[in-house]
Amino acid sequence: MSARPRIRLPDSVSIGDVIEIKTLMAHPMETGTRRNTDGTLVSRLLLHTFEAKFRGREVFRAALHTGTAANPFISFFMKVPGPGEFEFTWVEDGGARTIERSALKVS
Amino acid sequence: MKSIRNKVCAAALALISALAGTGQAQQSSNDSIARELDTYRSMMKSDPWSNPGMLDVDRGQALWKTPEGPNNVSLEQCDLGLGPGKVDGAFATLPRYFTDADRVMDVEARVLWCMEKLQGFERVKLLTRPHPSAGMPVKDLGAIATFVAYRSNARSFSATFSHPKEKEALALGETLFFRRTGPMDFACSTCHGESGRRIRLQPLPFFSKAEEARKILGEWPAYRVSTAHVMTMQHRIYDCFWQMRLPEVELGSDISIALISYLVKQADGGEIKIPGMKR
Repeated sequence: MSARPRIRLPDSVSIGDVIEIKTLMAHPMETGTRRNTDGTLVSRLLLHTFEAKFRGREVFRAALHTGTAANPFISFFMKVPGPGEFEFTWVEDGGARTIERSALKVS
Repeated sequence: MKSIRNKVCAAALALISALAGTGQAQQSSNDSIARELDTYRSMMKSDPWSNPGMLDVDRGQALWKTPEGPNNVSLEQCDLGLGPGKVDGAFATLPRYFTDADRVMDVEARVLWCMEKLQGFERVKLLTRPHPSAGMPVKDLGAIATFVAYRSNARSFSATFSHPKEKEALALGETLFFRRTGPMDFACSTCHGESGRRIRLQPLPFFSKAEEARKILGEWPAYRVSTAHVMTMQHRIYDCFWQMRLPEVELGSDISIALISYLVKQADGGEIKIPGMKR
């Protein structure tokens, strides 16, 4: 059983607030330069892209490389246009996508 | 003759002062490294949300609730000492004596017991390579133990050690802690017997000092950045034994439970802040 990504949104926000969105994702972030104990090269397996959409519109995007630690923690800021739903996507080498959705409540 | 001797003396003096200079530079560079490491640690700890150990707390919680094993039942009837299914605050009261098992158990030994008795997992299988290798996530047992420990956060260590078997474990733990053994003639106290010791750049806690014991015990299970996984206390003890070149210590053995009992006793009253974050 692997862990779901963790998403942290502020509990109460108003329109116009600038909020921090925090995400944490379980992933080995294998660089492709490491060797096994038997000397064979461990093939590269990275999350190469993180993107966040809010109400269907892209609000943040990051390219991740070999220098990113395992289990990447990514946070970003957004000015709140109103209530809506976030869609976070992590794209792995080979194209596998992990998608997590989270609703933002606006008072 | 005299002038040669003077020159030699002068050269020796110059050498000595050069060496002294190196010593000072070494000292100040050590201090600055220690400062930088402290900055690094406080940055890692500044936002608990950035701690990947939380992913395993979530995973442990899901595993706790999910029917698993040959018996296809969840662990929700597992008694951690406060009654079946009671998780909140249970970790703070461990290790303790359990009548059903007739022995003292820490959190991992108890989860192991429940996985074996309730879910029907084979004990041998659970105890084969029970700890993750570098880069691999903590095993299910460890994730569940991390979840259980997390649910005692903000509470204090309050194991009572009142039952005769608990007292016995405590006494055994204390003896083991100070007893030098193995090919390197090491005891736990060789490294953990005074303040300010370190291995490479990792400061080592002095467990006879309550303040240091409380701080450290409250942080385990902890996420280790260098191996990218959660490390549990049983795994920590296993690794210490390996570093001391002692025979492999089994997860949940009388020896590791005795040592954990002794450490928890030293940390009595300390606040639980799980998962910790290590280099």
